[in-house]
Amino acid sequence: MWEQQLVNAISLGSVYALFALGFTLVFGVLGVINLSHGGIFMWGAYTSLALVTWFSMPLWIAFPAGMLCAGCLGLLIDILILKPLRNRQANHLMPMIATIGATILMTSLAQGVFGADNQRYPANLFPDLEFQWGETRLTLLQISITVLSLLLTAVMVWMLKRTRMGLALRAIAESRQTSALLGIPVERLFHMTSFMAAALGGAAGILIGLSFNAISPFMGQSMLHKGIAAVILGGLGDVRGAVLGGFFLGASEVFAVTFLSSDYRDAFSFGLLFLMLLWRPQGLFGTGKLREG
Amino acid sequence: MNIKTSCRLLMAGLLPLFFFSLAHAADIKIGVAEALTGPASQYGIPIRNGFELAADEINAQGGIHGVPIQLVVEDERGKKEEAINVYKKLAFRDKVLMIFGPTLSNSMFAAGPIANAAHFVAFGTSNTATGITDMGPYTFRSSPMESDVVPVTLKSAISHLHIRTAGIIYGNDDAFTKSGYDVFRKSLEDQHMVIAGTETYSRGDVDFKPQLTKLMALHPDAIICPCLSEEGANIMLQARSLGMKQPFIGGNGFNSPQLIQNAGKAAEGTIVGSPWFSDNPSPENQHFISAYRKKYGTPPNQFSAQSYDALYIVADALNHIALSGNLNSDRQSLRDALPKTTHIGATGKFAFRPAHGQDKKPAGYDADQLPFVYVIKNGQFVLMK
Repeated sequence: MWEQQLVNAISLGSVYALFALGFTLVFGVLGVINLSHGGIFMWGAYTSLALVTWFSMPLWIAFPAGMLCAGCLGLLIDILILKPLRNRQANHLMPMIATIGATILMTSLAQGVFGADNQRYPANLFPDLEFQWGETRLTLLQISITVLSLLLTAVMVWMLKRTRMGLALRAIAESRQTSALLGIPVERLFHMTSFMAAALGGAAGILIGLSFNAISPFMGQSMLHKGIAAVILGGLGDVRGAVLGGFFLGASEVFAVTFLSSDYRDAFSFGLLFLMLLWRPQGLFGTGKLREG
Repeated sequence: MNIKTSCRLLMAGLLPLFFFSLAHAADIKIGVAEALTGPASQYGIPIRNGFELAADEINAQGGIHGVPIQLVVEDERGKKEEAINVYKKLAFRDKVLMIFGPTLSNSMFAAGPIANAAHFVAFGTSNTATGITDMGPYTFRSSPMESDVVPVTLKSAISHLHIRTAGIIYGNDDAFTKSGYDVFRKSLEDQHMVIAGTETYSRGDVDFKPQLTKLMALHPDAIICPCLSEEGANIMLQARSLGMKQPFIGGNGFNSPQLIQNAGKAAEGTIVGSPWFSDNPSPENQHFISAYRKKYGTPPNQFSAQSYDALYIVADALNHIALSGNLNSDRQSLRDALPKTTHIGATGKFAFRPAHGQDKKPAGYDADQLPFVYVIKNGQFVLMK
């Protein structure tokens, strides 16, 4: 049972990590808590579902296409909602409220288009391979999700540390005004970041849809709570922290069930969050901003 | 007296007559408060469809003594607050004769007291929680309680599969799944089954593997899952991917084609009790299924069968009384006629049974109906013999 619970913890943690990755990226660069990330996550899952079921596309096309659509949705939200607020120099509460509104809109839209009930990807869309040691089972899907989220994290960290764009993003995180004076195209990079973050959110949505078979207009809500918890555990705005926070949250949930009782699952993991805020308000890695990449 | 004034007089004399006849020719207004949006709409929409189909049929056959039934449909969104608002609107603004709904037991507990205070019938077709009809003498329901269905389901599961131990997984933050759990636990104890382990989840959870891994280690003979179909399908799929082979036993929430659609092969062998059997060959049921398919293009489910029957039950009651046009007395006479009404419909034989009530307070009426027990075989609900 132990080994199985460890497998459960890692595969749950990697989905949280992937969701938290995009969420923390937007905060690090734009300095905005984008509460529409859950809605984008849900639409990522639905667009690839629509491509797979309505146009019978294979998953290897539907997956990047779903990410692309989610990315465009994020870009749209940035242009329509976040940019006007930036231009107005609105205080940090405004984008939060505005993105809650965007989430409600996206949820109702999804409900209108796809209906309120749970849907799933067709069975056997993903190869149904299983590996087994004794009582412990590991599916190819679980491995792929973990590998993919670690890979995407590595790409993000590399991009932030080693590329010119990453340098520019870190500069913006340090000071928006100075970066603009130095000739960094701040607006364009904001759009870029929103796009990337949303694409990551969309990827998380597709992977959750694949592994838990539950795509619904409301799937973003609880994921958003978990994502925020992961990000705070790891340190707001820190990419490595978000991923670590995701794994930490996944493990704490699974082991709360194993050692205590499933009644205390959320109480335990959110209690942990509370302790973390008392002990290290900046999170495991947090320095507050993306400065350190 | 010139012509003009005599005309006016004539008009004035005719006017009340005109209104009088209008009041009489007015349709019989029946309120429908169901969840048409939100997560509960997967139950609410089929329920509304059942009412509309029945209303069409009744009106095509001349309505009630020649007066058509008019449904006033409102969306209560599966929320308590909304259910209260919609109930007030239907009762006091639209002045309906009675109200069907709301969809969820939770909402009925919120809206039911309005009906009992204002003396009109609140008729639930999908509320299965215990205590609904204890609210007062104006509460009716045509949905058998879980406590009526579950013991029958368990008894036939035990005799067919020879199970002796069971693991339970349920949602502990929802009135419906919690009350389902209580009923199952009591019924398991009554039938001397061993409860190997109990696990819980919260609304919106999608990952059940930690709980299932724990249950798996206890090697129960069956998994009891008083869940809604969306979580149920997910739990089954995840249990199978962990290598669990036990059959699932479920409550009212499993009575949805959605369960088989989502869980696929993982749902095989699942046992569930339901007041409606889709393959029931009775002419009433076969007529209902074909008429529903013709109108909506999709197969009906248990919830549309129950609402379809419910409107016929009310129509039967209305056929036995004469409406006076006075709203309050009409509401009362409908209330008094309903308990005596029996009906044979898509769900089979139906009658009302007075609820026990708490502390000898006057209570409403529950459904007196025997459930069917199904097992899922080759992706179909098959009657268990």
